[in-house]
Amino acid sequence: MKTLRPTDPAAIDNKFPAADEHAQLLVIGAGQAGLAAAIEAAGLGLQVVLIDENPVPAALMGLDVPLFYGQRMNAAVQEEARMVERLVASTPAIEAAFDAGVDVRMGVMAWGAFANGAALNAMPHKVAGLTDGTKSWLCSFDALILATGARDLVLGFEGIDQPGVMGARALDALLTRYDAFDGKRVTILGSTDLAAETALKLLDRGLEISGLVEVLPNPQASPEYLAALAARGVTIHTGATILKAETDATGVTAAITSVAGQGNTQRLPCDTICLAVGAIPAIELAGALNCRLGFRGDLGGHVPVTGAGGATSIPGIFAAGDCAGLTADAEGQGRAAAQAAAAFLHGSASPAETVAVADTPDTTAYRQAWMRALLATGAPNTLACICEEVSRTELLGIRPPRYLNCASNKLAARDAKTLREDGPLNPDQIKRLTRAGMGPCQGRRCREQIALTLAETSDTPLAAVPLASYRAPVRPLSLHLLGAIAETPGMQQHWDVWFGIRTQWIPYDVIGTPEEADLIAAEDGGYLHA
Amino acid sequence: MSEASPSGSNVAIIGGGVTGLSAAWWLARAGHSVSVFERFIVGWEASGRNGGGCTHYQSPLFLEEQRLWPMMDDLLGYPTEYQRTRIVINFTADQERRYRSVADLTAPWGFTSETLDNRQLREIVPLAGENALSAQYFHFGGHANPQRTVQAYAWALQDHGGRIYQHTSVDGFETSNGRITGIQVNGRTHGCDAVVVAAGPQSAVLLAKLGIDLPLAPARAEMIVTEALPLMKIGGVDGNGLYGRQTLRGNLAYGGGPHEWLDDDAFLTPARPSTPVLCNLAARVATLFPRAAHARVLRSWAGIVENTPDGRPVIDRLQSPSNLTIATMSGVGFGLSPATGHAIADLVTTGACSFAEIGKLGLGRFKDLPADWRETRGWMPPLEAVAA
Repeated sequence: MKTLRPTDPAAIDNKFPAADEHAQLLVIGAGQAGLAAAIEAAGLGLQVVLIDENPVPAALMGLDVPLFYGQRMNAAVQEEARMVERLVASTPAIEAAFDAGVDVRMGVMAWGAFANGAALNAMPHKVAGLTDGTKSWLCSFDALILATGARDLVLGFEGIDQPGVMGARALDALLTRYDAFDGKRVTILGSTDLAAETALKLLDRGLEISGLVEVLPNPQASPEYLAALAARGVTIHTGATILKAETDATGVTAAITSVAGQGNTQRLPCDTICLAVGAIPAIELAGALNCRLGFRGDLGGHVPVTGAGGATSIPGIFAAGDCAGLTADAEGQGRAAAQAAAAFLHGSASPAETVAVADTPDTTAYRQAWMRALLATGAPNTLACICEEVSRTELLGIRPPRYLNCASNKLAARDAKTLREDGPLNPDQIKRLTRAGMGPCQGRRCREQIALTLAETSDTPLAAVPLASYRAPVRPLSLHLLGAIAETPGMQQHWDVWFGIRTQWIPYDVIGTPEEADLIAAEDGGYLHA
Repeated sequence: MSEASPSGSNVAIIGGGVTGLSAAWWLARAGHSVSVFERFIVGWEASGRNGGGCTHYQSPLFLEEQRLWPMMDDLLGYPTEYQRTRIVINFTADQERRYRSVADLTAPWGFTSETLDNRQLREIVPLAGENALSAQYFHFGGHANPQRTVQAYAWALQDHGGRIYQHTSVDGFETSNGRITGIQVNGRTHGCDAVVVAAGPQSAVLLAKLGIDLPLAPARAEMIVTEALPLMKIGGVDGNGLYGRQTLRGNLAYGGGPHEWLDDDAFLTPARPSTPVLCNLAARVATLFPRAAHARVLRSWAGIVENTPDGRPVIDRLQSPSNLTIATMSGVGFGLSPATGHAIADLVTTGACSFAEIGKLGLGRFKDLPADWRETRGWMPPLEAVAA
């Protein structure tokens, strides 16, 4: 029985629309983890919808969504149908998922996910907000597996915003998924397994490597990779860092690097500089959902806190693969998450298979070594935030954005150090003051760099720097597209610019006079608010 | 956070939102020693997350609000991004009549405005469309950047010798002979001659420790922001059930629409979740500015706002404890903050507001309020959620 009680007509209660569709299990991300999860779940008898945003529209690739493509895509990315074909052809498990009865949808993007929890009790169902680029809609679900993978770690140097500077994950996608890489000769930053794999893939496709650049004194990849690189004549410049990308109108023409133990520089001719220092778990949706997150240097950064089968802090929501922490066993995690989701849906205890957890080394020190070198050698006007053109100096000076054109002695006396005296530095606070991280890439290109820079310059452990918040929409989508989800009749009827409290807007002089009652009672909403 | 709190100050201000910071700044510039206690970071809650509007003709503080804003950058010494004037776009004859009556209401004070037709509107607001009936162009009011403004207050306060203790919760009060003699912070006592409670949704919880009943109901409200678009001549444009502004960067930041009532202690959670209401806001912004429909939404966010039973502020120096001043703005605090801080500083130092009569904002008006006032208004968290 419903409890009869007064309701505030302007409140949200019972005004959310019904979802446009329902999935018993929604899997977001059709990489290794998501495909394994979807196939396993279908085998367990679940109704599974598997979506993946790839191939994202060329315009969003140009904004480095979801990876740091650095404008090194060729014209093939304009042809959406061909991109889908290539993606399916390069990922046989997609076909297998179809065959297993999974409702597979490529080119469908999740821009948000919402569940009741702290400070939110009005959602009638857990829902994901989806779009295919022409419309957007809500999909409710009983269980959700986040398998959103990882994105590129972007660290800045002079020329970071120029065409041809890109990330290793993006390069891998263009090479192996889409056959749409527009470069021929690549300098790779880093010498870990990620860097070595990138180099070998390039060589396998007949492309050239100008060299690997490594800040540490020794190459970092495993011995097998190092042997393979040596056999193919790839040079690793250790103890060196990138000083700048040399560019012309077409973008990168060379990487200018330091030389170990010497004051001089060297020029590595190339059309592409590939950042392969690390990858970042793609936790945008987990963050927007308010899943509990924690910093795990061994897993590549902030990740959802998970239990058996990747269970997050929100019942029915699981995380698998790189988005739960960089892993070598994404498929195993995907299967385990499917089993845990099935157990959740059937109300039984989780029989999830135990996933061997590799003892992975902490990534933090390596990333900090790179950041330290880039801070030490980079020009003061090196960009910390590409979208909003906030330089490192402006970031650490807590400078208001340039368009305000304000300079004062008082402002000059304020910087990150003085702000630090008031309390621990918080990237969200610094974002509000400098705009670093506020641009259309939604912080994907700068948030880790800003956190590393703050940690490095304020003697704060990286783990202690708060995570800049993730909010829906986690992809930059138009007002028109998001607005396709219409107001329900009750929402439309009672929509108010603020709280709908009529007495709030009664002019002060009228309060307590006979006119007050007339204004409150006026049928046309005679109260005024602007 | 400073490890060692100094032993005391003239005035202890609880709450580092825009109201508490402004009051602290007014007091510090008058030479008082002031300490602000903030449980997280200054301006973190609704003070830094709102629409930035500075046009509150319904308030007794309106004239002071209008007088002060054009001076605030100079007075504070830091930018607030204040921009004068505001436009409300009308889509219906009723809206046109309503906003003309705002013009009539404010004209006797010497504030001017004009009604624009569609063509005139689109000259000043090029993102507007042919769907607009008319607009009311107020040559006063305006908007500022909430995030920059709260930090400006905080820095200006420090420049006058005031202290801010962030990440510092106040646990309780010490009283003697009808006065507060100190506040309890981190297991220590911070002595003070006067206290201001301006802690937003937490004010009720704090005041309950003194046996004072401040009726407040917290609710969650949502906003969205787009990527930057070319700057319009006037950025302070409302209408279509929305409040907000085009920022000086060019982003469209707008809120409005349904809210969710929350439990009294909702502020304790750090979560400020937004919902699919962001889609409805997006649609309404696209109707308000048809020529911006292509603009990409970058973020949504939510804030927790406290409301009094009549939606009006409480700004009051109490009889007992006699050195306690309380201020809650019932969800309309940002724009009024320069004037509110002035009024609070007056109450703290002299017991009366020097520039306006604000007696109707006293706490006493709620003395006969029944205990179940939230229930009778329906201002309660959802019992069970059902789709429309």
